[in-house]
Amino acid sequence: MKYIDEYRDGAKAQAIAGAIKAEADPARTYHLMEFCGGHTHAISRYGLEDLLPANVRMIHGPGCPVCVLPIGRIDAAIWLARQDGVTLCTYGDMLRVPGSQRLSLLKAKAEGCDIRMVYSTQDALKLAQSLPDRQVVFFAIGFETTTPPTAVALKQAKALDLKNFSVFCNHVLTPSAITQILDSPEVRTLGTVKLDGFIGPAHVSTIIGSRPYEYFAEEYQRPVVIAGFEPLDVMQAVRMLVRQINDGRFEVENEFSRAVTRDGNEKAKALVAELFELRRTFEWRGLGLVPYSALRIKEPYAAWDAERRWDVPQDSAPDNKACECGAILRGVKKPTDCKLFGTICTPENPMGSCMVSAEGACAAHWTYGRFRDVEMTRQ
Amino acid sequence: MTLPRRTHPRPLDIVLGRVDLTHGGGGRAMAQLVDELFIAAFDNEALNRRNDQGAFDVPGGRMVMTTDGYVISPLFFPGGDIGSLAVHGTVNDVAMAGAVPISLSASFIIEEGFPLADLKRIVASMAKASKEAGVPVITGDTKVVEKGKGDGVFITTAGVGMVPPGVAISGDQARPGDVILVSGTMGDHGVAVMSQRESLGFETAILSDSAALHTLVAAMVTAAPGIRVLRDPTRGGLASTLNEIAGQSGIGMLIEEAAIPVRPEVKGACELLGLDPLYVANEGKLICICAEADAEALLTVMRGHPLGREAARIGACREDSHHFIQMRTAMGGNRVVDWLAGEQLPRIC
Repeated sequence: MKYIDEYRDGAKAQAIAGAIKAEADPARTYHLMEFCGGHTHAISRYGLEDLLPANVRMIHGPGCPVCVLPIGRIDAAIWLARQDGVTLCTYGDMLRVPGSQRLSLLKAKAEGCDIRMVYSTQDALKLAQSLPDRQVVFFAIGFETTTPPTAVALKQAKALDLKNFSVFCNHVLTPSAITQILDSPEVRTLGTVKLDGFIGPAHVSTIIGSRPYEYFAEEYQRPVVIAGFEPLDVMQAVRMLVRQINDGRFEVENEFSRAVTRDGNEKAKALVAELFELRRTFEWRGLGLVPYSALRIKEPYAAWDAERRWDVPQDSAPDNKACECGAILRGVKKPTDCKLFGTICTPENPMGSCMVSAEGACAAHWTYGRFRDVEMTRQ
Repeated sequence: MTLPRRTHPRPLDIVLGRVDLTHGGGGRAMAQLVDELFIAAFDNEALNRRNDQGAFDVPGGRMVMTTDGYVISPLFFPGGDIGSLAVHGTVNDVAMAGAVPISLSASFIIEEGFPLADLKRIVASMAKASKEAGVPVITGDTKVVEKGKGDGVFITTAGVGMVPPGVAISGDQARPGDVILVSGTMGDHGVAVMSQRESLGFETAILSDSAALHTLVAAMVTAAPGIRVLRDPTRGGLASTLNEIAGQSGIGMLIEEAAIPVRPEVKGACELLGLDPLYVANEGKLICICAEADAEALLTVMRGHPLGREAARIGACREDSHHFIQMRTAMGGNRVVDWLAGEQLPRIC
């Protein structure tokens, strides 16, 4: 199919794999973190690890929007769904994310709450228009990619004077999360997590551009290659990172030049700046409180902000004690290092957020890669 | 690490648990509900084989019986409607035992206020499908529930059929070395229904593949009476159905991604929706597992039938105590093709 099959060409993948093998220095290792869940998913779904030499290892980063939302915010969404007259709508994956007390939006729905799955913010708006007697709350999540559509919906709601629509805003920012990882003691001082380079986000970068990564490359002396989500994009990015590392360079390179420019989407950025402002701090699952890492709705749109319309609880709830999602999201541990992985935590009964979305490191490994663990124990 | 051998790591929470949509999704959650509640309670030899139909001996041969409820939304979709689907789905469940379908029953649960014109349209479509298949509806039942207590109309059909002598097709018969065939493209029905859902503003030219497969099966059984397994990959798609069979037969499978037929339009729609065509429902396709020696003859017969023109060989069974379905991806890597987790598309059939 046009523009899909071209990036999933098996013969080309084998050719790039051959080039990576030839160029990678057998005397050293290459630890590359893919920040985005989209890349994690592509690597697992297409079995790309099988195409890389043993000394080139992929470390899964925290870039799965469903995974990084802390339990407290899930609980808050469930709290909202339980308010009188409220219809809560959100993207599909959010429904299964476990909150505290083994609840999730899906289970709250089975208990009688009116919770709907939508594919877009436009669907959420339409839902509000079709249910004039209900208060429709859109549970907005995601990185920079999903923020502009939320902004558009807010603007439309204001233009239409839609009084029964509001947004529970949980939009977060990629650059602050990368900084938090690079500043973590495991990377910076303890050296327990080796990170030689980053595969930069695909869709996020179409909005923010490649410029924001220039700071990390320079400050932390790590190469960044922005890559698309197709398997050939990932393979090519790995090759470009191996080259930079071999050359001792730490630059921002753009493999995804078909969609990403240095400055990104100015219109989208302006729209986001018009409607949202930085939260002083926001809790991330795994990373804890990260300063200036999330957005809230600005005052002129306060009437459509669910956090202003209701007294939404701001409590923080602890993760399950045995759950290693935090360490996994920082790249400190692998899914198989977690005692819950595959025992009581599976995609049907996720205990931690990394097991929920197909982009989460645990779900990706369980769903696509767990035959590798069997092969290891057989040896 | 050691992987758990049990399909369900945690038992159903009977005290506090509630039924949610995943329990009807055709994935692992539904399998758990069926195993731990229904099979545990009804416990008998025919049911315990976990096929889509139960077989029993009668004087003069072996019969099968099956039943299926239809709750699809919307009621009318490109390529069919709830009426034709209720005939095709049940005829297919009978046929997947290699049996010749004889007759059907139909039970209607109708919501108060449902337009008679729509009901007539559904019944006419059902009658047409049943006449074309040559399988009459010989008994039925009608119930009406108050407005708001149903969603338009739900239909339950049951079917019986006769198994030809010498045929012993069942989900537990696959053996290592056996070949896996599919009768055509995967995912058409689910995407066709999805394209009609109100909240999705895209239009596709994709029609549901809804069709009665018993004549295709009859031709296949004549060519190779020793077919081990037949099953139609409905809810949960190809992926979940292969996992079911692997569990029943106690084997693993290795399939080739590049060999699985998927229409480009279906692939495109799935990309857009974040779905995997391997998990999307089909209503007019079958999976056939047979000995290597029968594979070519069966493929020839299938491709010679209007409903099997795009039949393909997609992989083979092998020994694997974990019952993994492994797939060699088009990129040359390997992955597991797991059960459907959660619910991909509610009320697809």
